[in-house]
Formats: sequence, C-alpha cells, structure tokens
Amino acid sequence: MESTNKRYWRGLEELRNDESFVKNAYKEFSDTDINKSTESGSIVDGIGSDRRDFLKVLGFGMAAVTLAACETPVHKAIPYLNKPESTFPGIADYYASTYSEGGDYIPVLVKTREGRPIKIEGNSSSSLTKGGTSARVQASVLSLYDNDKLKGPKKGEADSEWGTIDQEIQAQLQRGGAIRIVSSTLLSPSTKSVIAAFIAKYPTATHIQYDANSVSGLVQANQTSFGQAVIPSYDFSKAKTIVSIGADFLGSWIAPLEYTDQYITTRKVGANAGNKKEMSRHYQFETGLSMTGSNADYRTPIKPSQEGLVVGALYNKVAAKLGGSPISTASIDVPYLDKAANELAASRGAALVVSGSNDPNVQVIVNALNNLLGSYGVTIDLTRPVNYRQGSDAAMNEFINDAKAGRVQSVIFYAANPVYDHPRGAELKEALPKVGLSVSFADRSDETASLCKYICPASHYLESWDDASPKAGYYSLTQPTINTIFKTRQPQSSLLKWAGLNPNYDAFIKSYWRTTIYPQAGNGLAFDQFWIQSLHDGVIELKNAPAAAAGTFNAGAVATAAAGIAQRYKPNASGFELALYEKIGVGTGAMANNPWLQELPDPVSKACWDNYACLSQKTASELGVQQFDLVTVEVAGKPAVELPVLVQPGQADGTVSIAIGYGREKAGKSANGVGKNVYPLATVSANALLFTAMDVKITKASGSRTIAQTQTHDTVMGRRAVIQETVLAAYKKDPKAGRYFPKVVTSEGPVAPNDISLWKGYEKPNHSWGMIIDLNSCTGCAACVIGCQAENNIPVVGRQEVINRREMHWIRIDRYYSSDAEPEDRKGLEIASSNPEVVFQPMLCQHCSNAPCETVCPVLATTHSTEGLNQMAYNRCVGTRYCANNCPYKVRRFNWFKYFDNDNFDYHYNNDLGKMVINPDVTVRSRGVIEKCSFCVQRIQEGKLTAKKERRRPKPDEIQVACAQACPTGGIIFGDMNDPESTISKLLKEENEARAFQVLEEINVRPQISYLTKIRNKDEEAKPVAAAAHAEHHAE
Amino acid sequence: MHTDFIGFSLIKMYSRSVIKALLIVLIALFSSYQSVAQDAAKGKELFSTLCQQCHSVTDEKVIGPGLKGIKGRRDEAWIIKWVKNPQAVISSGDAYATALYAKFQPLVMQSFPDLSDDDIKNIIAHVEASAAPAPAAAAGPAGAPAVAAPASDSPSGLFTAVLVALLIVMVLVLVVLLTLVTILSKAVGPTGEDGGQTKSFSDRLKTSLSAAASNNIVRSIVLWLFVFVVAKQTFDGLYSVGVSQGYAPKQPIAFSHKLHAGQYQVNCNYCHTSVYKGKIATIPSANICMNCHGEIKRESPEIQKIYKAIETDTPIEWVRVHNLPDLAYFNHAQHTNVGQVQCQTCHGEIEKMEVVEQRSSLTMGWCIDCHRKTEVATKDNAYYDKLVALHKKGSKEPLRVANIGGLECSKCHY
Repeated sequence: MESTNKRYWRGLEELRNDESFVKNAYKEFSDTDINKSTESGSIVDGIGSDRRDFLKVLGFGMAAVTLAACETPVHKAIPYLNKPESTFPGIADYYASTYSEGGDYIPVLVKTREGRPIKIEGNSSSSLTKGGTSARVQASVLSLYDNDKLKGPKKGEADSEWGTIDQEIQAQLQRGGAIRIVSSTLLSPSTKSVIAAFIAKYPTATHIQYDANSVSGLVQANQTSFGQAVIPSYDFSKAKTIVSIGADFLGSWIAPLEYTDQYITTRKVGANAGNKKEMSRHYQFETGLSMTGSNADYRTPIKPSQEGLVVGALYNKVAAKLGGSPISTASIDVPYLDKAANELAASRGAALVVSGSNDPNVQVIVNALNNLLGSYGVTIDLTRPVNYRQGSDAAMNEFINDAKAGRVQSVIFYAANPVYDHPRGAELKEALPKVGLSVSFADRSDETASLCKYICPASHYLESWDDASPKAGYYSLTQPTINTIFKTRQPQSSLLKWAGLNPNYDAFIKSYWRTTIYPQAGNGLAFDQFWIQSLHDGVIELKNAPAAAAGTFNAGAVATAAAGIAQRYKPNASGFELALYEKIGVGTGAMANNPWLQELPDPVSKACWDNYACLSQKTASELGVQQFDLVTVEVAGKPAVELPVLVQPGQADGTVSIAIGYGREKAGKSANGVGKNVYPLATVSANALLFTAMDVKITKASGSRTIAQTQTHDTVMGRRAVIQETVLAAYKKDPKAGRYFPKVVTSEGPVAPNDISLWKGYEKPNHSWGMIIDLNSCTGCAACVIGCQAENNIPVVGRQEVINRREMHWIRIDRYYSSDAEPEDRKGLEIASSNPEVVFQPMLCQHCSNAPCETVCPVLATTHSTEGLNQMAYNRCVGTRYCANNCPYKVRRFNWFKYFDNDNFDYHYNNDLGKMVINPDVTVRSRGVIEKCSFCVQRIQEGKLTAKKERRRPKPDEIQVACAQACPTGGIIFGDMNDPESTISKLLKEENEARAFQVLEEINVRPQISYLTKIRNKDEEAKPVAAAAHAEHHAE
Repeated sequence: MHTDFIGFSLIKMYSRSVIKALLIVLIALFSSYQSVAQDAAKGKELFSTLCQQCHSVTDEKVIGPGLKGIKGRRDEAWIIKWVKNPQAVISSGDAYATALYAKFQPLVMQSFPDLSDDDIKNIIAHVEASAAPAPAAAAGPAGAPAVAAPASDSPSGLFTAVLVALLIVMVLVLVVLLTLVTILSKAVGPTGEDGGQTKSFSDRLKTSLSAAASNNIVRSIVLWLFVFVVAKQTFDGLYSVGVSQGYAPKQPIAFSHKLHAGQYQVNCNYCHTSVYKGKIATIPSANICMNCHGEIKRESPEIQKIYKAIETDTPIEWVRVHNLPDLAYFNHAQHTNVGQVQCQTCHGEIEKMEVVEQRSSLTMGWCIDCHRKTEVATKDNAYYDKLVALHKKGSKEPLRVANIGGLECSKCHY
C-alpha cells in the first residue's frame, strides 16, 4: 500500500522494530501499569478497588442521586450593578494589543468574555506577522492566570505595601552610587523614554539590555563590516537560494514569525500560490536537527567546531566564482557545500546566507559572503534595522564584573532573570548580596528576584499599557484587557514614581505618542481620533519613516575575522562538542511555568516535559548508551549536568545538543525541577556569549529517565500511504507527481475506492465544512496545537500521563522521517537514519463521511451531521472506547481522569484563577468520555448565527477554526466546500486533479480534510546523489 | 374587513356605473388608510420598545410628559430635532425646550440619534392614531409566525398510553370474568340444596368476593396492577430528577413581571438587553432599573433595596430560575431573533406572573419536540433561501427545524 518506495518512520524504535514499539503499535491504549498512573488509588478511582468497594460506591451513588433529586440546588444570577453599554454577557469582545516579551513581537487580538481574556488571535493588520501567531503567544493567556505569581509587592520574604516600598526604594536610590537597570530586550519606545526620564533624575543610572539567546555577535559584526551596530531586516521572500548555517530562523532566531511568513511564500506552489511553480532552495548546515533544518531541501549535520570553516569555505567557493578575494581558513569537505556554493553564486542578487552563530568573526564572513552575493538591498536591508534583539553581551559581562567587584550600588531587574538564564548566573548570585539596593520587577519570586531586597511584581501584558516598535516606522500598542488581578504594578509606573514623576503610564504613553509618533503619522486626523484609531487597529505602520544609512562594506575586516576563525574552528576536531538550542515551546525559560508549553511536544524530537541530551545513533553506540540512559555532560570548568539520552536522527556525530529554558528552580509548580539548566554550559568570551562548547566530556551515568515522547503514539498501523511527496522537477512535469491512487478490485475490474460504497452517504444540503492542509506550508511550529488547546479547553495531563500515552491534544503534528533508501535495504536505512528527510503532517479528526467510529458506538454518542461534521456528544458517551480503537487516524482521546479540579493534575485547572481561561462556549469534559476535534463547532454555530441575524449567508471564509486562525503560514485552510466562493472550494477545484490527496484513501472513509502533497526542491535524480553523500559522510 | 362590508352593501344599493366609480374611490381611500395604518403600526412597535417606559399616549405623566396632542403642541421638525438630541435643543436656547427642562429637571430625555426621520414620524403617527380611538383597534400585533404551542411534555407519554390501554383491557377482562362467574353460578345455583333465590344479595356478594379473592386469576390481576402502578410512579419519579418545572423561588427583591410586563407593557428587550443579540438574555443591571425608578416610587422599600445595592456597591443576587445543564448550549438570539419565537413560548405567560416560575420542563425531550414541530422563520432571511428551495422540491410539508438538522447533537452539545 505504499505510494512511493520511500520508507517513513516516526522514531528509531519504529525503524528498528523495537519490542516496545511493536508492543504498542497495534494498540490504541497502552497496558499502562496503573501504579505508575498519576492519580493515587482510592475508592473513587476504581483503581485497586475490589467488589466490595464497587458496591460501596454504587450504594453511595444511589443514595446521592436520590438526595440530589430532593431539592434543586439554588443557583445565583448576579448581574452588573452598572453595565458598560457596549458589553453584553455571553458576547465576546476583541481588543487589539501587542505581545512583546523578550523581544518577541506579535500584534494580537485578545478575545474577552465577561471581562476576562480567554484567547489570543493574531492581528492581521500587521504587515510583519500578517495575523500569524506562535505557540508561545497562544499560550500567553494561560500565564495571566498563573496562581504561582506574586499577589503583591515584597520586601525580602515579607509581603509589603506599595506606599512603604516606594518610599524606601526612593530613599535608597537618592543615596547615589552606580545604578544599573538590567533588562531583556525592550521593544517599547515609551518605556525607553521612561527609563531616560529615570536616568535624568538619577544620572548615575545606566540601562543594560541582554538576551538569553543572544545575537549580539551579529550586531558586532555589522559594526565591523558596515559601521552600523544593528540587526538588519531580512527578507526571505526575495531569496531563491537560502543557506543557513545553524540559524533556526523558523523557530528561535531573531524574528521567527516574520521569517516564517516570508520563507513560506517562497515554498508554496500551485493553486495555493497563484499557480506558481517555483520554489526557493534551502540548504541548512547545523549540529542538531532543528525545525528549520527539518524544512530544508538539503541538510548537512556539522559539528560546532566546523561552523566557522563551513562559512569560510562557502565564502571561498563563491568568491572563486564571483571574483572575490579568498580568505585563509582551513578547507573543509562536508556534503552539499559545493552544491550550495554553486547555487548561491548562480542566484546572485536573490540569495541569502544567514548564520545562527554568535561569534562576530563568523558573522563578518557571512556579511562578506552576502555582500559578494549582492544580498544587501535585496534580501537584507540595513536601512531598516530591527529592534528584536538589543542585548549586548559585553555590557552584561561588564555589569557582572562590576557587581562582583562591589562597584554597583543599586540594581533593578526588569523582565530579566540573569541568575537563571545567564551563563554567569552563579557569579551574579554570589555578587547580589553585595549590592546595596536590589529590586526585581519579576511577576514571581524567581531565581533572581528571590535574591533581591524588593520585588515589585509587574502586571501581565494583558493587564498593562505599553507600546512596541519592532523597527523604525512600525508601532503598535498594548492595552489592558482586564483589571490587574493582584496588587501588581507596571514597571514603568514604578520607575516614574521613583523618578518623582506622575506614575500614570497610560497618560505617559499617550503624551509620548502625541509628541513623537503622531507628528510622523500625518494622516490628517485630530490626535484624539488618531489615538483611538491606533488603539482600535493595534498597529500603525508609517511607510515614509526615514531610512537609516546603509554604510559601506568594510572589506578590510574580513582578513582579521578569517584569522579569528582559523584560530577557533578545526575541520576534524576529535572530542565531543556541545550545542545549546532553544525550543519553540518553553523558549528561553521565561514562560516555563506554562503547562501548555511544557506539554507541547517539540516539533522534531516530539518530547515534552524535559530537556535531554540529543545524540546521534552512532555516538550513542560508541558511548554504549541507549535511549533514556542517563549521561553526564561536562564542559571544562563548568558544573556537570546529568541528562537522559535521546537518540536523535540528524544529530551530527560526536555532538550533543541540549535545550535551554529548562531546570527552573523558582518559576512555579509546573516548571520547577523539569529538566536541567544548561545556561551555565555556554561559553562566555569577552565579546560574545557562545551557545557552543568544544572538548566536552560525555560519560554514562547510572540509571535512566524515561522521556515523555509522543513520536510513536498513535501510529497508523502499518499503513504507509499517509505521506505523499515528490520533488519540484517531477511536480512541474506532472502536478499529480507523488500521489498514490489506490485501486480496489471488484468484479468489474479495479476501481477507485471512492467509487464503491456500502453506505448511502450523507447529504450535505447546507454547508459542508472541510479543510485543506498544505504540507509545503507546514513548518511544524505548533501554533495550531496550542491555539486548539486554548479554544477547546484541552487539559494538560503531565509527564507521567504522556509517558502512559494519554496526551489529550486534539490536533497533533506528526513528524515522519524518511529516506530514499529501499525499504529492504537495512544498511542503507541505517545510514539514512543518521540524516533523514523530515515531513510534518498536522493530524486531527478527519471528519470522515463514512466514519468508522460512528458505526461502532453502541450508544450513538458519535454521529454525523448534515454539515459534514463528525459529532461527539460527551454526555451520551459511556466510555467503551470502541470508536478510538476503530479510528484509522488515531485522533480520539479518552479522559482517563477528571483533569479539572483535581489536585493530582496541578496544571492551573485545579484552582479558580486558572479556570478563568476556560472557554465558556465549550463543555469541560469529565472523566470517562471520549473527545476529539469538533472542527470548532462552537465557532461554526456562532458564525452561522451571526449570518442568520443579519439575514444573509455566511461570507466566504468568514468562519474560521482555531488551528487555521493560529497558523502563521496559511497552511491550514478551512471553509465551506458548498460555497463556490470560499477559498477551499476554489483551491480544491484546482488541486483535486493535482496535489490534493486524502490520507488513507484506500480505506474509503471519505474524509472532509484533504492534504496537498509535500514538494521538496531537490534534484530529481536525488537518490544517487543523496546515497553518495550519505556514504561519503558515513565514511568520515 | 370593515370597509369590505360597506363595499358589499354599496353594490346592492347603486347601479353599476356608480358602483364602479365609487369602488375606485373606496379602493383609493382604503389604500391610503392602509398606508397610514402601516406607519402607525411601525410607530407602535418603536413606541413600545423605546418610548413607553417614560411616555404615555394619553396626557398622563409617567416620567416624561404625556404625548396626547403632541402634533398640536410642536411641529414635526422640532420634534425630530428634539428626539434625536434633546440636550442640543435645550442648549440652543429654544424657549419651549428650556421650559420643558425647567419643569422636569434634573431628568433630561435620552437622545435617540439612531432613529430616522421616518421612524419618528411613524411614532408621532402612532401617538395621533392612539388619540383617535376608532382606528387604533385596527392595528393588530405584528404578525408573528406560527409557532407550535409548547407541547405537553411528559417524557413517558407513550408509556402512560400503554399503561392506560392495559388497564382498560384488564378491566374488560375482569368484567367478562365476573359475568362468566355470575352466569355459571346461576346455571349451577338451582341444583344447589339451598336454592339460589333464598340467598340475600349481600351474602351473594360476600361469597362471590371471597371466591374472587381466592381466585388465582383475580389475585394475579390485582398483583400485576399494583406492580404496574408502582412501576409507573417510579419511572415518572426518575424522569423528573433534575426537572424543576414549577420552580418559583422567592427573589431578593419582589419584582413583579405582572406589573411591569403585563400592566405597563414594558418590552422584554428593554430590561433583558441582549435577548435579541446573544446567548444570554441578561438579567438587568441596577442602572437599567434606575432609568425609571430614578423618578418613580423611590420610597418603596423594595426599590430602596436597589438604591442600597448601588450605594454599597454590592450586586443584587437574584435566584436563577431557568437553568439548563452546562452540557447543553442554548442561545437566545437564535430563537428570539432568528427563529422569532415569542418569549412566552418557553417562559409561559410571564406577563401574568407575580413571581417568576419555570413553566416548561426544559428537558431535552421538550426541546426536541419543539424542534420537530416548529416551522423555520425563513421569510426575509436569505440564509434559508437555498434550504427552502431544496426542501420544496422534495416535500409539501413546511420546512421545520428538524428538516435542517435541528435534531443533530452538535447543534446544542459541544
């Protein structure tokens, strides 16, 4: 039943047919040892209870029901005293706002119900993000209701009052001495202005910004190359050839959301992209398999010690073609380097090289390379510098030195937690007591704040006023969508207060906008109108903003940089090497106490609730360790870290990759003790902070720790026509390339499965809701997963329950590895598994028209609607789980426990504050029932009602489901297939005869969801080249 | 109707040519009368939603002045200006307006910028029409679509029918058996030693009763009857678990719907502000009460409770009467606005209730029953056009809610 001769697998255990995999592969539910279950045994659990317990519970139940029937409980209905005129209970209000935490910038719309924010959507008015969202911004609403946050200001350990604290801090600030404000990147011009006002009052104060995942090496390199200490704007959409050396630009590098949108426009083909049949070609050279690397056409694993040399070699090869002067770095031979160089040179003027290295020398060579390729002015714009990362590693280093030497009198930490997330955090921890006055604006008593003398908790961004300017001419506003829940105060108000100014920050922003931004806007509106318009729209983009000077390229610096590279990088270093990386969920760890993010499987490793040491299969074998074995990772002069092993296909041999953002100690219940903090393993040089280390020692430790990894959960039972893919050249010749057309043998010869049926089928006279998922547009970013979780009240089950294969996500992103090797060629497959191709496939309920789940439900809890929906009535479900067993896509989820109001699942839903995030339009499921994707039926119903109230049909694409709305690339297209004007109908009309396929068409369940084939921009004769390359690589 | 009768009598009285001419005149008159009536009808609707809370059509003062003879007092242009923005008229220094303000201050009439000139003219037409008593009767209530009466909704309706049928059969069997016994005993009687005739009626009754009691058939019939009655009681009892039909709790403030909705005919929408807009009809906030009670009956102890709530900033905790389980999604707007269902269809004769009571059972059977019977309000709603056309092709029955998926699970459960 294979569509291609490719072999797809979801984990090495599947490829190898491990016992653990085989045991579970054909079971919907695992035989979990109940003792390992999260909930402790008690009578009511049904765990470990015998017949007598059963009878007791039964008897109690009967009595309880009888008693309950005697009198209806009295419910109170409490209306407003003074109802705001435009707010109606039961009707959602949307406010435009902006998420800008740690330099991540996303304009959003906040959905509020009865005065509480419950969902974040992207703001499509922004030309930078175009309404896209990330997993983190989707999850940020849950952090608002985090019960581990401080409820008011603190002095030391004791609770305090704002009045007293203000007086004491002001008095101490007035004593003088060096004052340092340490913050992460601040995008807000008004906040900068507040800090300037503060500094004007206290002239000994300076403002230091640093980023946990720093790119200050890039800024330094631009200073060297162009005399501009900035990060330029990148435009991936104009690039025909993209080479990334270790830059995870779709996941964690600078402005991933903006780059994702640009990148995907170059990757879309066919009807989805105006019948375009061209794609960019993307090369990735990197250590660990990143989400960006997974999307690359050609990917080469390299060691961190080779990074500089790859850049150097690439430069030399391109220079040889385009006539630049070569540099002297050691030559290196890794697969696809020549090919990449050739294509870069060929697409001069439409090429882009990016590097994730924080080594200024490497970035200088990258600049030289881009200069050679004519990228400046096309794919890179120095005249539009961005503000996403403003941290300076050197300044932060100097601050820690000063603090250690006792030269700092006062320090204020603003959205910064350097004790945790700076490699020299331990030194700072020692030094902090020496500082006279230490204040933190953290919302919780975190690693840094708990060492400070005062904590002045900041309000959440959904409770705050702010603005943001991601780049010159682009402004947006943040407005509060709820009153402050606790006695918190915005840092800006605190600073203004201490500077003896009016602490009213919203008035401050308004006057800042009046004097600074309004005159530039010049759109003829009175200021008040302009202000209201800006608040309403959330973003304002001034196209006529003055451009910065571009600077001329300084070729002289190249040789120095090359010398620096020659010194640090070695072509064939022998020792183990370390590369730290950032995950899309937990990120730098600032939002670690968000259980949604903790339980979000990493797009590549599919692991959650942990960080781990990623090793290649070869390295693991050499070390004599297996999956989940504990290893000790030691970097010279740094504390050793003990972590479980995760064998990661695509990891460079001899390297280990570990995610930052874990190992929080004082973040809250969900984050504390999850994983290990690896920030201390980073290398600190005078100028830059490097997330790599060489000469690392990895030794096997005793014991093991199971990683909650979802990759082999929900397998498709050996059916393999799930992914259908081809290469661009084949697609150009035949748009149906890569598609698999199954045939069923009948007495009249073979026919397509859809041509025969036992069922009469359902008529869909009104609407026919359907979806298209473009495999070319899916980067694996998982914004849809969290968007769905927020919309549909999906519970978090915790690490142990994920290990028990009981995660609850309604939409998951299946990540398949594949290679060109023949399925029978075991040796070939083994080699291939060292650097496989990757494809992401979002998988959710397919809303089959011949749904296998419906026919087996004994109580008719799951039925079909006339609008093409596969409905699930929770209250009818008795929990037989037949449906889940019979679902070919494995998308039904069973509530093994009551996940709400249950202290065994301490993930915010067990307290009144956390439950404020619940969407009131969606039932909270109880224990013992099945649930699954409903196509956001609450949104469909609401959209239809809006149309009916206005006496019209719904407009095309008016109704959107949560996953489609969250998707930053438009890879999920939802709509009414009965409406000829909807995008989905138009697309299907074109693509039905081209890329559109249904997963498992051969079983004739007729899903409402179609997928578009994955198309890689590889050479058509990819197989021999790839094989050769693999062999060559293997021989090293 | 009235004009039709006159027309008919005219035909009898006059010759054809005259009739023709007169008919034309009559039709013209009729149609002009119709158009006036139309305006007044529209005006009445607007008046009852927007104006009635403060104004009466007579010269009685409610909160604002009575409107009888308004057209005589001010010209139309002035009234339009005033209704749209009274504050502006007062501040423009208009003498009449200032005088009005002086008389009623501190209250100033609310402004209605959204009303069109025609709307206001319609309202004036309604006021005028109400003043002239005869034609007012003609303006009937706006034609609401046919809505099925709330069904008698015992979930065990079928069960009851079966039981009754069984009972009847058993009674019949009993009668037949008794007759048989009597006939047989009569047949046997004369051969007996005592002779049938000598026995008294009571003796015979006694013997026949004791015979019946000792008769197995009769005993088992009685037993079965007992079992059936107990079973019915139990099932009915179980079905009523969680059904609070007839629930009429005492409210913290003795608010009377009979007075407000019945006697004063305050439109439901005036207080339950989002009943046509959204899921929740909303219980009115205290500031809505203050629209009228800022002036009327301020001293009443019940109304003082509202004042107290506002002063102490403590919301009024009403007792919820109608409460659907959380697993069912219900949206008022879908029913009131789209379906044009009258409030009373579900809530009963609310305008006659002193204390609000849950009249309907609010069970799923009750919902489904209504969805089966109710015709969809498809008129002038483009959403349904295609569905109506499709339905007409296949059926002569009207389009009911059940025909367009009104019985599907995910319409209410998600």
